[in-house]
Amino acid sequence: MQSIYFNKITKGVRLVKRTDLKIKMAAIGGLRRLCKISFNAVCQNNRLKASRLCQYRAFRVNGILHQQPFDSPTEKPQFPGASADFVDHLEFIQPNVISGIPVYRVMDRQGQIINPSEDPQIPKEEVLNFYQKMTLLNTMDRILYESQRQGRISFYMTNYGEEGTHIGSAAALDPNDLVFGQYREAGVLMYRGFPLDLFMAQCYANADDLGKGRQMPVHYGSRDLNFVTISSPLATQIPQAAGAAYAMKRENSNRAVICYFGEGAASEGDAHAGFNFAATLECPIIFFCRNNGYAISTPTNEQYRGDGIAARGPGYGMLSIRVDGNDVFAVYNATKEARRRAIAENQPFLIEAMTYRIGHHSTSDDSSAYRSVDEVNYWDKQDHPISRLRHYMTARGWWGEDEERAWRKQSRKLVMEAFEKAERRLKPRPELLFSDVYQEMPTSLEKQKESLWRHLQQYKEHYPLDLYDK
Amino acid sequence: MSLTSFSPSWSDTTAMAAAARFLLRTAGSKASITNVNSCVHSKLGLTPLRVSPSCIPHAKTQKRHAAHFTFQPDPVSTKYGPMQKMNLFQSVTSALDNTLASDPTAVIFGEDVAFGGVFRCTVGLRDKYGKDRVFNTPLCEQGIVGFGIGLAVAGATAIAEIQFADYIFPAFDQIVNEAAKYRYRSGNLFDCGNLTIRAPWGCVGHGSLYHSQSPEAFFAHCPGIKVVIPRGPVQAKGLLLSCIADKNPCIFFEPKILYRAAVDQVPVEPYQIPLSQAEVLQEGSDVTLVAWGTQVHVIREVAAMAQEKLGVSCEVVDLQTILPWDTETVCKSVVKTGRLLISHEAPVTGGFAAEISSTVQEECFLNLEAPIARVCGRRTSWTSEFSISPPIRLNLILSQYMLTTEIARRLFRMH
Repeated sequence: MQSIYFNKITKGVRLVKRTDLKIKMAAIGGLRRLCKISFNAVCQNNRLKASRLCQYRAFRVNGILHQQPFDSPTEKPQFPGASADFVDHLEFIQPNVISGIPVYRVMDRQGQIINPSEDPQIPKEEVLNFYQKMTLLNTMDRILYESQRQGRISFYMTNYGEEGTHIGSAAALDPNDLVFGQYREAGVLMYRGFPLDLFMAQCYANADDLGKGRQMPVHYGSRDLNFVTISSPLATQIPQAAGAAYAMKRENSNRAVICYFGEGAASEGDAHAGFNFAATLECPIIFFCRNNGYAISTPTNEQYRGDGIAARGPGYGMLSIRVDGNDVFAVYNATKEARRRAIAENQPFLIEAMTYRIGHHSTSDDSSAYRSVDEVNYWDKQDHPISRLRHYMTARGWWGEDEERAWRKQSRKLVMEAFEKAERRLKPRPELLFSDVYQEMPTSLEKQKESLWRHLQQYKEHYPLDLYDK
Repeated sequence: MSLTSFSPSWSDTTAMAAAARFLLRTAGSKASITNVNSCVHSKLGLTPLRVSPSCIPHAKTQKRHAAHFTFQPDPVSTKYGPMQKMNLFQSVTSALDNTLASDPTAVIFGEDVAFGGVFRCTVGLRDKYGKDRVFNTPLCEQGIVGFGIGLAVAGATAIAEIQFADYIFPAFDQIVNEAAKYRYRSGNLFDCGNLTIRAPWGCVGHGSLYHSQSPEAFFAHCPGIKVVIPRGPVQAKGLLLSCIADKNPCIFFEPKILYRAAVDQVPVEPYQIPLSQAEVLQEGSDVTLVAWGTQVHVIREVAAMAQEKLGVSCEVVDLQTILPWDTETVCKSVVKTGRLLISHEAPVTGGFAAEISSTVQEECFLNLEAPIARVCGRRTSWTSEFSISPPIRLNLILSQYMLTTEIARRLFRMH
């Protein structure tokens, strides 16, 4: 028994040494190497290299391959934790070795395709669908935001400015791919066909809410649409998504997992856990970071010191890219390729989509306290994903003022109808308070349920029971 | 009831002093127990508990790593087919082996599990079932549990190992905010019921602060998970298989002091012991003693000692599942005996004994003959042991002597 503890202690020492070692090794030999990794990570044209495709690796053990044989005659470091050369001068790696990771885009701000070979050639019908989903989301946001302001629902979070990241990534996935979201990805669910009625039912916590009225507004989920129910704690979904991807790899089901999170959530320990597990356990997953500039009020320069989230990928041994999140086609291309390779090669991909949160964090927030109206206006007027896509469509003669007017009217009508229906609907049955805590109902909970029921029967005049479903 | 052997002036502090003295004196010496006893007696001028060797057969040969209790094997039952002699870690391995064989989605993972685990619970499983099914993870508890939740959400059977229960706290958020609420918050659209978290638990003799803790009470506050603790190899296998089969996330704490010390005849084939059911190990009429894990063996000896020295008949209950716990068996027993003593290694304040005590008080108030006694860990960062100098073994202040004197003093007012 004692040796076990000893083992644990020596392991700790070993780990400390390894970390130390890694720093030194990287410092003395890794500069060029890191630059190369960084270059590879962002270099789109190298993605399809045939040699890469040969690297199909199901369940290989990474570490073993990286270690050199002990009898190697060359004067090379033999440390198990790293492979590199010795050097004889002292030099620290600069923190900006990975910096200035470029932002991949397909369209410029006027919606013109920059490099025709990168044009995803999405057919007109599908592009119109992109646009309609982005604008419908925008309309739903306006109405639900206002309804919170009027006291009709308790809380809301808008998606303004981030529509491009939602629709571009959702369109690039297979409908069977499992989505783990954070909370600002309503567009992904909308793209998959979640009806307005169910969005509204969730925000109103009425009897039609699939979540049985148990969570705050915007905590959507759908089993049918493979969208895991949102939870409020940040970044907890990241290691979970890695686990789900591992299960899919074992099923050999040609499915991948996408996991959304913000640049603020990426500071949580769980983000580190998820990245490291996905990399070491070779999970077919896309980590999709929506870098929208703010975590509530905290700007990115108070969130991290490195070059954003994409710069972390190489540290985990993970392929990474930074894209213009306001360019729906860039997001589409990056996600599609990441998905294809994640499944083919069983490895994780990190996409950092640069965007801007035009709305407040939530209805409990007033962002004028920490950012200027001019700043917000810039993104709203000059670099908005919806207007960029509209420029693209207009240039092709696919969309004009008439279509826009008709669609605005129609989308508003659709949202208002769903809204009024949800508002009229009764609240969920009170006994649903007690189900699903466990798969079965424990005796103690059954007793509490009966006790509440007796109380409600006895004092029903004090409770608005007629608002609840029977 | 005959209480003639009990001294009227026997107090809490002298009991502790006497017990400690007794242990110091016996450690390393071959002095017979009766002699030591009479020595204490003469010094204190009391008639303390006369301990016969039959009550504590191990005390005579105090060794550095000797346990403070004697493991009592379960009676052999051939209900589940052929048996094999197994210690607790082997019975855990056997349960995992059964699961991997019957469920192709099952995977086992955690720190160092691939080579067999630091406590040897996964020995041979990677070679038998493949490295995609039994694998090491990076050293990160929140990652292990989060990863396990994700596996379970995607339909796989996830068996996660946290290397020590003391190190489960980085995963507290994943367990309490995520695993426990997954089904409820999604309206039953998603759940992680296929997740089982195993962790070595409890004092071991030389584990000190961070290899000894019993954190079950932290999790007992959280609806949506199950918390299970076996007392020996037979229960470990049956309860672990129940946890794995159960459609709710379960935490399975394994008393690490029993990994090698406890040996039973264990069925080779899979079998399940129902969760949320306490087991009455010994029927009695005067006091109900409740414990779980290692402490079950201590209270079994206390029952023998109380019978011999106090003439008190004890009913011994192994709670087995901490959440949701079997209130019915415990309350039924207390209604019969009128007295309750609960003992656990974890600190007394906010420990699970408080919950049991409170419930029993609510349910059985009119049946109680005496206030409910909790004899648990001290209010220190320690669990129940004083392990800087293992030979002194002051952890025995939660010993059979302590518990028995508490029965006398608090439950029968014998002073």
